[in-house]
Amino acid sequence: MFMRKSVSMLVIAAGVVTLGVASIGFAADAPANPVALGSPITEAQLADWDLIVAPDGHNLPEGNGTAAQGQAVYQQKCAACHGAGGEGASGSPALVGGSVSTTPPLLTVGSYWPYASTLFDYVRRAMPPTAPKSLSNTEVYQVTAYVLHLHGVIAENFVLDKNTLPAVQMPNREGFIDVSAN
Amino acid sequence: MDTKNNPEYVAGNGLIHRRHLLGLGLAGIGSMAAGSALGADAGMLSIPAWSKAPGNGPSEYGAPSPFAANVKRLAGGPSATAPGSGVSRTPLHLLRGTITPNSLHFERHHSGVPAIDPAQHRFVIHGLVRQALSFSYEDLLAYPMVSQIYFLECSGNSGANTVATAGDTNAAAIHGLLSCAEWTGVRLSTLLAEAGVTDAAAWITATGADAASMGRSIPLSKALDDVMIALYQNGEPIRPEQGYPMRLFVPGWEGNVSVKWLTQIKVTDAPAHFRDETSKYTDLLPDGKSLQFTYPMGVKSVITSPSGQMKLLRQGIHEITGVAWTGHGAIRRVEISADGGRTWADAHIEAGQQHLALARFRLPWQWSGAPAILQSRATDSSNNVQPGRDSWMAAYNSANRYHYNAIQSWSVSAQGDVKNVYA
Ligand code: HEC
Repeated sequence: MFMRKSVSMLVIAAGVVTLGVASIGFAADAPANPVALGSPITEAQLADWDLIVAPDGHNLPEGNGTAAQGQAVYQQKCAACHGAGGEGASGSPALVGGSVSTTPPLLTVGSYWPYASTLFDYVRRAMPPTAPKSLSNTEVYQVTAYVLHLHGVIAENFVLDKNTLPAVQMPNREGFIDVSAN
Repeated sequence: MDTKNNPEYVAGNGLIHRRHLLGLGLAGIGSMAAGSALGADAGMLSIPAWSKAPGNGPSEYGAPSPFAANVKRLAGGPSATAPGSGVSRTPLHLLRGTITPNSLHFERHHSGVPAIDPAQHRFVIHGLVRQALSFSYEDLLAYPMVSQIYFLECSGNSGANTVATAGDTNAAAIHGLLSCAEWTGVRLSTLLAEAGVTDAAAWITATGADAASMGRSIPLSKALDDVMIALYQNGEPIRPEQGYPMRLFVPGWEGNVSVKWLTQIKVTDAPAHFRDETSKYTDLLPDGKSLQFTYPMGVKSVITSPSGQMKLLRQGIHEITGVAWTGHGAIRRVEISADGGRTWADAHIEAGQQHLALARFRLPWQWSGAPAILQSRATDSSNNVQPGRDSWMAAYNSANRYHYNAIQSWSVSAQGDVKNVYA
């Protein structure tokens, strides 16, 4: 690394070669970067590292799980904080039940979240808070199924996998107004 | 009082024209202030002890005076269920000027501050690019950089004033999720150009290396505009609690999208709908629908002195001062009222970088000892005017705590006690 960079800097300093790569696509007429130090990497090298799961199911891993299987995972790894039935407790939010139209509203995975992918994505990256990323992909599928089942979104034996998860219809799917273009 | 010393009142309840801040007629006003309060120490002056013995020598990293030890963040206690999670707030009422010292910049963590070794840290751009690239910290240090002063405000800032009863708290507790610093770093557009964004790209998703792997989606148009990968904060390497060794900085937008400990930018055709842009950081409306991706922070101002829980110790001239900011350009005007919004006067706004930065405003005020309600109202270069509390509340569900930018009211009692009120 150090060698490569030193050489690059010397070359730039001497003004001999521009290391920037000509861009195609968005910046076709932008000048090439005078400094271009990124090391090429492949998506395959990022397979275990990129945790982002999109609503369309992009990047969901292999594996599957049902709510029936997820109950044990949930009781062991989640219930102490989120309650035996997902009702929440002091310091930890409810995961199921509730409604956007009560006063005050109770916003939960079940009553509020527009996509099931977000549940898989968030639990895999951030839960439980004391040991994030400690669950296997199978456990994440199972416990995701269990939480969705607790709210009545899917049946107990519905098999959640990379094909079925994106098709799960969340109750508040139409509840959001995208103002990103404003 | 002769006419030369007569302050030029410009609005009700004692507001004085801002030109009196600039030296004109200050003699008269100054003597009024002196007459009523200063002079308490009258008597012979003696040489103090610190002038008679050498003090400490230079140090490697400075610290505030022990006598200024009260100037600190308002930090919440540890969370039992979410270790490392929480906030600390900038003590706005104890600062003057516009730049937040690094040790006092507000914090919001979702799973604590990771202890990142920059030599091991990797920043990757991938997804809809011609060539995915990995950068080390050292790599980024070699790029051309830009320096800009920007405010950063949490989307939940001031949410305390959305609850039904006004809390008897101070400016830090209500508005302290707001800071302003000079950020230096590499333009994201430079690195995206190196990776070569493809035609299908429309969004980026940014993820941090903290234990929660906090992620947010940002439209590509903004990413190519003024977004930077910040490496320096007020000239020194950014602090761990601000994302060391690197953070995304998204000027003018809700703080949460300026992802700290930045490790991943995945270029995509659509937002990821992360938990922190669906479950959280969405703004519930009265009808139960929610606004999603409400990025820019609205035009806003707050009087930081006098402010909540302060006490005015004398009648006479006080400087009303505070900060104003907007995610839609620059602050053009700040008006002050001392009579609960019946009459208004223009405050003086200090010169300096105004675009997406804090503006400092000031106005002299003659306090007669009568009760007063102090308010400030900002207008920005896009002609947005800071709303009153009632109209803001009417626009959202009463449970919404995000993007509260309504006018702050501080009441001053006849005893001089300053209190947070809804007016
Ligand atoms: C140590 C207590 C604890 C445990 C154990 C725990 N959680 Fe959590 N969970 C929390 C807290 C606290 C939050 C809120 C975090 C935040 O807002 O940053 C949370 C948030 C969540 C959320 C997001 C809720 C929302 O409305 O945004 C989901 C979903 C979730 N947890 C699922 C799980 C699952 C599934 C497990 C088991 C694998 C689990 N949690 C284990 C404490 C816990």
